[in-house]
Amino acid sequence: MCLGIPGQVVEITDAASMMGMVDVSGVRRAVNLACVAGDGPLEEVIGHWVLVHVGFAMSRIDPEEAAATLKALEDLGEAMAEIEAIRGADRMMEGETP
Amino acid sequence: MKYVDEYRDGALAKGLLRAIARAVRADRSYAFMEFCGGHTHAIARHGIIDVLPQNLRMIHGPGCPVCVLPMGRLDAAMALARDPAVTLCTYADLMRVPGSHGETLIRAKADGADVRMIYSPLDALGLAEANPERQVVFLAIGFETTTPPTAAVVKAAEAKDLRNFSVFCNHVLTPMAMRAILEAPAHGEEAGPRLDGLVGPSHVSTIIGTDPYRPFPERYGVPVVVAGFEPVDILHAILMLVRQVNDDRAEVENQYVRAVTAEGNRIAQALMAEVFEHRESFEWRGLGTLPDSALRLRPRFARFDAERRFDMSSSGGRDHPGCACGAVLRGRLEPWECKLFGRVCTPDTPIGACMVSSEGACAAAWLHGSRSHSPDVPEEVSHV
Ligand code: SF4
Repeated sequence: MCLGIPGQVVEITDAASMMGMVDVSGVRRAVNLACVAGDGPLEEVIGHWVLVHVGFAMSRIDPEEAAATLKALEDLGEAMAEIEAIRGADRMMEGETP
Repeated sequence: MKYVDEYRDGALAKGLLRAIARAVRADRSYAFMEFCGGHTHAIARHGIIDVLPQNLRMIHGPGCPVCVLPMGRLDAAMALARDPAVTLCTYADLMRVPGSHGETLIRAKADGADVRMIYSPLDALGLAEANPERQVVFLAIGFETTTPPTAAVVKAAEAKDLRNFSVFCNHVLTPMAMRAILEAPAHGEEAGPRLDGLVGPSHVSTIIGTDPYRPFPERYGVPVVVAGFEPVDILHAILMLVRQVNDDRAEVENQYVRAVTAEGNRIAQALMAEVFEHRESFEWRGLGTLPDSALRLRPRFARFDAERRFDMSSSGGRDHPGCACGAVLRGRLEPWECKLFGRVCTPDTPIGACMVSSEGACAAAWLHGSRSHSPDVPEEVSHV
């Protein structure tokens, strides 16, 4: 019940009641956007990715932070693969995690 | 699905597993609790326990709303459902939880009670509007994630001046439950496990932020890492915890930076504060009566409070004597240490709430067991 699904806001259907359409995996769903609205007009959330819980968008997903996490994890993966390769080549090598 | 598939990537997971394997020290063990039932489910579903180092243990926490709802409140809901004037609406998870006498809402529905399974509290509001002759009660449960939506529909009901809508509020607060876990004595009946770190909940934290966890490292010396829901997120958080333990640090760290900030969602917080106030105390299954740990409607919204509209004197219901849910919720017992697990109690014939909700530790253990023994079993519990 606490699991949210990511979706992209595609349309505002009723600004007065804070309702809009969110595309969740290709399915359009009516979602309440009150909790992800900014100070400006509600239209501003169109295009943003949000987490949807029980019919409400409860938070925005920050694309830059998401990309930064993935990049850091890819680098970590490469570093780990490299360390294993080095260790395989030279059993004496017992370095620290970079 | 964007923002899901990337965090299920096998190569990233492998890199993290290697990093964890390198980071864990051979001369000690690590015991981490994932507070949230969503994490418990993900750890079981993706087989994460099987791939972690032997000396690293994940302990399931009490973050399963259905599981911690005490029997007395469940019985009260059951009684409400039997009121012929009432249409009782609730989330799917609650429908199959057995009450004191083994009765469930599904059974009550089959016997003619007007019980509706809803996806969103907006559905309950819609039912009230469409059926003015019915008393529509929304049986609300959940941690901070599902609380703002409940607050929003109460406000909408006020704006529409709906006379036939009310909420049976069972919303509970994460930080107090975490505190109860960390303050549990080391020995005796009410004992808790030794913990080296906590994996903090994903979506609760989108609402409350990471700041409310700050007392835990400070007071109890236990690091907290807030993590996303996908396997890569969870492994990443475990690595962050291992590093904190190794460095002798205890801090709040945020793995789920793409959705969680330190201060959380201010709009959602304001909405909750407007509609709800803290109860002096609330009973939790497994954790006992905790002060300041749950919410009720503020006096301004009293007319939408089902506990005031209906006579709901608690029957003080009792758990099945053989069910070890309480100890499982405290992280004291593993599900399979319950004598009923898998024999009498299965997801098809649940005895306790922890076997019903897919977020419950017993359901997760069952899912994990059936998957690791016969990989062809279709997923019984599936989440979007
Ligand atoms: S296995 Fe069933 S009876 Fe045992 S603790 Fe879990 S829910 Fe309760």
